[in-house]
Amino acid sequence: MSLPRRKFDTLIIGAGGGGLRAALQLSQAEARVAVVSKVFPTRSHTVAAQGGVNAALANVLPDNWHWHMFDTVKGSDYLGDQDAIEYMCRAAPRVVYELEHMGVPFSRLDNGKIYQRAFGGQSRNFGGDQAARTCAAADRTGHAILHSLYQQNIRARTHFFDEFFAIDLLRDPEGNVLGALVLEIATGEPLVIEAKTVLLATGGAGQLFRTNTNALINTGDGMAMALRAGIPLQDMEFFQFHPTGIAGKGMLITEGVRGEGGYLLNGEGERFMERYAPKAKDLASRDVVSRAIYTEVREGRGCGPDKDHVLLKLDHLGVDVVAKRLPGIRETVKTFLYLDPAETPIPVYPTAHYTMGGIPTNRHGQVVVPEHNGPEEPVLGLYAAGECACVSVHGANRLGGNSLLDILVFGRAAANHIIGELKQNRYHRPMNDDSVDQAMARLSRWDRRDGSETVDGLKRELQTVMEQHCGVFRNEEILKEGVAKVVELEARMQGAYIKDHSKVFNTARIEALELENLMDIALATVCSALERRESRGAHSRVDHPERDDVHWMRHSLFHKDGRRMDYKPVRIKPISVEPFPPKKRVY
Amino acid sequence: MRFSIYRFDPDKDSQPYMQDYVLDEAKIWPGMMLLDALLELKAQDETLSFRRSCQEGVCGSDGMNINGRNGLACITPLASLKTPIELRPMPAQPVIRDLIVDLTQFYTQYRAAKPYLINEDPEPEVERLQSPAEREQLDGLYECILCACCSTSCPSFWWNPDKFLGPAALLQSWRFLADSRDQATDLRLDELEGPFKLFRCHTIMNCVEVCPKGLNPTRAIGRIKDLMLKRSM
Repeated sequence: MSLPRRKFDTLIIGAGGGGLRAALQLSQAEARVAVVSKVFPTRSHTVAAQGGVNAALANVLPDNWHWHMFDTVKGSDYLGDQDAIEYMCRAAPRVVYELEHMGVPFSRLDNGKIYQRAFGGQSRNFGGDQAARTCAAADRTGHAILHSLYQQNIRARTHFFDEFFAIDLLRDPEGNVLGALVLEIATGEPLVIEAKTVLLATGGAGQLFRTNTNALINTGDGMAMALRAGIPLQDMEFFQFHPTGIAGKGMLITEGVRGEGGYLLNGEGERFMERYAPKAKDLASRDVVSRAIYTEVREGRGCGPDKDHVLLKLDHLGVDVVAKRLPGIRETVKTFLYLDPAETPIPVYPTAHYTMGGIPTNRHGQVVVPEHNGPEEPVLGLYAAGECACVSVHGANRLGGNSLLDILVFGRAAANHIIGELKQNRYHRPMNDDSVDQAMARLSRWDRRDGSETVDGLKRELQTVMEQHCGVFRNEEILKEGVAKVVELEARMQGAYIKDHSKVFNTARIEALELENLMDIALATVCSALERRESRGAHSRVDHPERDDVHWMRHSLFHKDGRRMDYKPVRIKPISVEPFPPKKRVY
Repeated sequence: MRFSIYRFDPDKDSQPYMQDYVLDEAKIWPGMMLLDALLELKAQDETLSFRRSCQEGVCGSDGMNINGRNGLACITPLASLKTPIELRPMPAQPVIRDLIVDLTQFYTQYRAAKPYLINEDPEPEVERLQSPAEREQLDGLYECILCACCSTSCPSFWWNPDKFLGPAALLQSWRFLADSRDQATDLRLDELEGPFKLFRCHTIMNCVEVCPKGLNPTRAIGRIKDLMLKRSM
């Protein structure tokens, strides 16, 4: 089949913070870069990040990158790779200063430096007093960063393919990645983009769960593309539930509320986090706070007529602080709950938020797989960065403020590695037509005009199954049922069809392709969760309540082929400092 | 609840038309937003096409004309709307399909405003300093989400979309002129000279009226005009 083709040095799929940071680095190095995004870049989900980005600038309280590294390793429940964590924490101040130079409108301290606030899981001096490490632009930090990155890419003349949907990666029989088949949404026309290197920066898969803080576009497209290309997904059982989504609705209320001095109350008016985390209290790690809220509600100490949530109190902060530091969430709460959080506490409940797992990479952003020579052999030409990747800097639980940092540090690191790679590989490899045909088959499958299932119906069922079977607390029986139900839904998806066959801006077809992606990731998540028989970070098994470092301090790898599980060791050796050995995790 | 929605699929329709939809009262919940209703209608008829993403008013995808006024579906409460709810694409832009408009012209004007910080000094090892008062100048400017509600409700932009930058782009123009770190004031002002790019604004103020983020492009345009005047004196 003859399809239109375009050729670039590098193809970046995804235009959130990770993709745009990489694109900027590459454009400035005069590489020919194409950024493909299914939405206009500033609509990417980075725009919704609120609280800030962590970097040990020490603008407010003493700080250094080594303390940040300790907190991140501890936060990860010792599943994070310590070389990557060291790299990220050391690079953090520099990437934040770079953002400031690009024009990000950070909030400021009286001395003119970048404003920093306290966030969960942060300490000084390796577990001591609370740190203030999160650099913020009010509570719209993601918006400020994403827009600035897009603006600098305009200046650098990066080539954008706005509203193009990536169907699949193209590979040759030797496994080299050659580019991707993409679909122009407005016209319905497929396009082959050839590239010497491809960076996946497609974000997370929060749409797996019925109640989530995520945008509707967060369907894990890049992760599923990797799975279909034969690449396993790492640590998918670790899904973060943010403690403070608006109860029953899911909109995110930033951890910055607690960083600014807000706290949680149960139905008895008790500041219950004091019982769960005597020292850090409301600023314990997210997994700890989410479990505490869930437990309070389950034990009958919830708030409201149905006792099904807790309250986030910030009215004591005063209108000025709320208006100046938290204007975005104030607006959101006013819009969706018709109340002013400067006067009335916000009803909150843990809500699906962040995919810790993803495409396995090393700290240069290279995708690595277990092949001939050990567990981490690079896939030639393929990179991943941000939420779709698993470096792993977040391990079993991500710290607030480390996701914006992750996309910036590893978007930039991947671009730097790509620049080196482009110098060595000056020519495109020959395109593989079989690979194009396979990707086209995925597209034409939705041309069928009859069937027994709808895309919307299956998606709703999938989200409900994941919520009921792969939530905050899990056990063997619930997870086994979960696997069976997702397998059944996947089988039923073969009978699904769409009624819209227009070529023009066919959103029904895009949603069908997204459902396929979600289905693959749901299986990866629930299968990985069933097999991990311990509790670590966000993965809480009531039937295996303890962390088991002897058997389980290792990364899971889920292969689509045969739904096979595989494992690889955690990289506990940092680059230049002593390792942080696993310890009991208390806050 | 009744809806009347603009439909046009160039793949099969020769003319646009208005289609009636009914949303079952049982599917309506207190606090439901217009976007929630549209997602329900799309479950009934998946050919109904519109953009959407964040569902909380920060991504700017779902701008549309709602009972004659531009707004974001995701933060427009259903209960605030008179029925039948009439939905049309944002005015005066080429329609791609149904409620989806081609925003190429809007984005071109955004790019023309040079919406990025220009500072040619050597980069310091740390942040450039900016006082809280200087930073405050950017409030009400940087929060723009590029939803295009303002520019597509501006008659001056309707008549001259290729020559007048429009409120959204001019808001960004002022965002960088107002930034204590930016050094390109003269360049920016030079590029706004002439009868169209800036001066087609006739302070009709539709932009202020419809901005879902409560921003005030008319005021920003006024500030640019003041600065130009000051410079010429």
